[in-house]
Amino acid sequence: MTTTDTVSAAAPPADPPPQPQVLTTRDGTPLKVSLARALRREKMRALLLIAPLLLFIVLTFAAPIADMLFRSVENGIVANTLPKTVEALADWDETSGEAPGEPVFAALHADLLIAAEEKTHTRLGSRLNYESSGMSSLFRKTGRRADRMDDALPYKAQFIDIDDDWGDVATWQVLKRFSPELTSGYFLNAVDMQMTTDGVELKPENERIYLFLFARTLFLSLTIMACCLLLGYPIAYLLAALPARTSNLLMILVLLPFWTSLLVRTSAWKVLLQQQGVINDFLVWTGLVSDAGRLVMINNQTGTIIAMTHILLPFMILPLYSVMKTISPSYVRAAKSLGATDWTAFWRVYFPQTVPGIGAGSILVFILSIGYYITPELVGGTSGIFISNRIAYHISSSLNWGLAAALGVLLLAAVLLLFYVYDKIVGIDNVKLG
Amino acid sequence: MSALPSYASTGQRAWYYGFRAICGMIFFFLIFPILIIVPLSFNAENFFTFTPEMLALDPAGYSLKHYEDFFTNPDWQQALRNSFAIAPVATLLATVLGTLAAIGLSQSHVPWRSAIMAVLISPMIVPLIISAAGMYFFYSRIGLQGTYLGVVLAHAALGTPFVIITVTATLVGFDRSLVRAAASLGANPVTTFFKVQMPLIVPGVVSGALFAFITSFDEVVVVLFLGSAGQKTLPWQMFTGLREQISPTILAVASLMVAISIALLTVLELLRRRSERLRGLTPS
Repeated sequence: MTTTDTVSAAAPPADPPPQPQVLTTRDGTPLKVSLARALRREKMRALLLIAPLLLFIVLTFAAPIADMLFRSVENGIVANTLPKTVEALADWDETSGEAPGEPVFAALHADLLIAAEEKTHTRLGSRLNYESSGMSSLFRKTGRRADRMDDALPYKAQFIDIDDDWGDVATWQVLKRFSPELTSGYFLNAVDMQMTTDGVELKPENERIYLFLFARTLFLSLTIMACCLLLGYPIAYLLAALPARTSNLLMILVLLPFWTSLLVRTSAWKVLLQQQGVINDFLVWTGLVSDAGRLVMINNQTGTIIAMTHILLPFMILPLYSVMKTISPSYVRAAKSLGATDWTAFWRVYFPQTVPGIGAGSILVFILSIGYYITPELVGGTSGIFISNRIAYHISSSLNWGLAAALGVLLLAAVLLLFYVYDKIVGIDNVKLG
Repeated sequence: MSALPSYASTGQRAWYYGFRAICGMIFFFLIFPILIIVPLSFNAENFFTFTPEMLALDPAGYSLKHYEDFFTNPDWQQALRNSFAIAPVATLLATVLGTLAAIGLSQSHVPWRSAIMAVLISPMIVPLIISAAGMYFFYSRIGLQGTYLGVVLAHAALGTPFVIITVTATLVGFDRSLVRAAASLGANPVTTFFKVQMPLIVPGVVSGALFAFITSFDEVVVVLFLGSAGQKTLPWQMFTGLREQISPTILAVASLMVAISIALLTVLELLRRRSERLRGLTPS
């Protein structure tokens, strides 16, 4: 585009044998080559402009996500802490029904001596405790006494003497099952499953929480999406139908909440929905509710649904509005002139044309809501929390990072799948702001 | 819908006004929670509801004590300072990198454009809790967890998609022949960029920067995980305040932030109009 080379035809053929004419630039290079070079230069320039940001995003954002993917399957801790034991265990048949023999215990003793010195055995204990409870205390107890063992006596008896669990086949089965460097254990945990000697199966009824939590996240997100659609559709319709001057003014009422800080809106709801809050006071004043029967609207699912519907409503209205704005009013007029009632004209003619907007808005609201953390955390109590709150809990409180990563990967996969659908319907380039 | 015709039946009339009433209630739902906190923030008592004095419009029922608390409490002041130490740097980083990349992306021949776009937009798509988790794991590996730099980098990454989107949108209406005209008159690419292209796309850049600023200024999930006590920002302070012991000072802070959002909204609207005027479109 910026090449200053002027194009000129090659000199006219002087000799009779007609050669295929090659267009060249003034300096003699064939035009094709010159153009290809210019194109290449242009591509290089574009890439050079993009490169700094691409590098920045890869380092600060993509690498962390990749790290999370890795952490959800990473399991080097057993092999790193107990290298000799893992090696010795390879020969042990876990279906034999008997605890392994003396060589394995000797290896375990050697490993534990080192581990206790470096204090890594407690970390291994808490890691294995995620898979089978009791492991943490077993390792802590054994680690304390490892250096007091008598080398002349058989180790197996001494270990069982410390804790009977060392003679239990189940303990060794867990140890062997989680000795590989990579594990599917976190993912299985994330969907309430566990690995046993018989293969993969669902956990006992009373230990299942994540499937229920995923189902609740899905249910609440769908409810919020439906509420947003129910409230957003009339507003978008009104805004699209009104003359530009009025609708621009009313648009401010939609954009102001959109621009207000998320925490401001959440705190507003926290204040409004309290039992001693403005809404309950008003209801008591009007006599709709007795003073003793104040409604509980916060720290439960109602609180989450109300607050999140309010927060996500603009994300439904804006795409709906932009679609409705393009629908010509003459279609509805034509339908009515042909004898359709108001309802038929709306339902058979107008509504079908708004379906793309409904799709776009609904997916957007759904995607945003299934990953929400702050609002459910503050107004959701225990019954209104999402899977993301559980992820945060595992990162900061229970420190089971592997499980947090596995839950995160599952959530991410769901969001990306939905975005793929969104891209097919609306196109990612059509994302508009404000 | 625009106006009720004179021949409308009673049913149509009822629906026309009924529909408007429903819309009015939805608008009320949208705006009421935001506006109600402003009068509540002037409460003289430590309550979250209107006291009888306030309802009687008695001046004794109102006071500025929650604002006073905000401006004198060292916790809130530190949080405010931290927010203003983090957001502008993150915005600057996001705006410079984002604008360059948007210009690159708007060239006519960009190899793997859609793949690159997908990567660059991803911080906006991935739920914040997942970004926060990933960054927490990765930044603690490389020693950036709990540092000022770590929070700034994370916020800049979260802000860039907004810059790219707004600047790309402005560049769609940019007439490329202006660049060629500048080049044919002897300007080098750098001069062309600063003298011709930049003034025309500046509204897009500024609104992108505003988006990036508000992203960082409002952000709480990532900073909760990545930051340490030294990076406690305003939203973080609000979050802990709301979760632990909710104090009415939060309402004063919230009211101030509503004022900031109104100011930002106004600036953006003015920019949008200016941009349309520069591109020869009449503002709607």
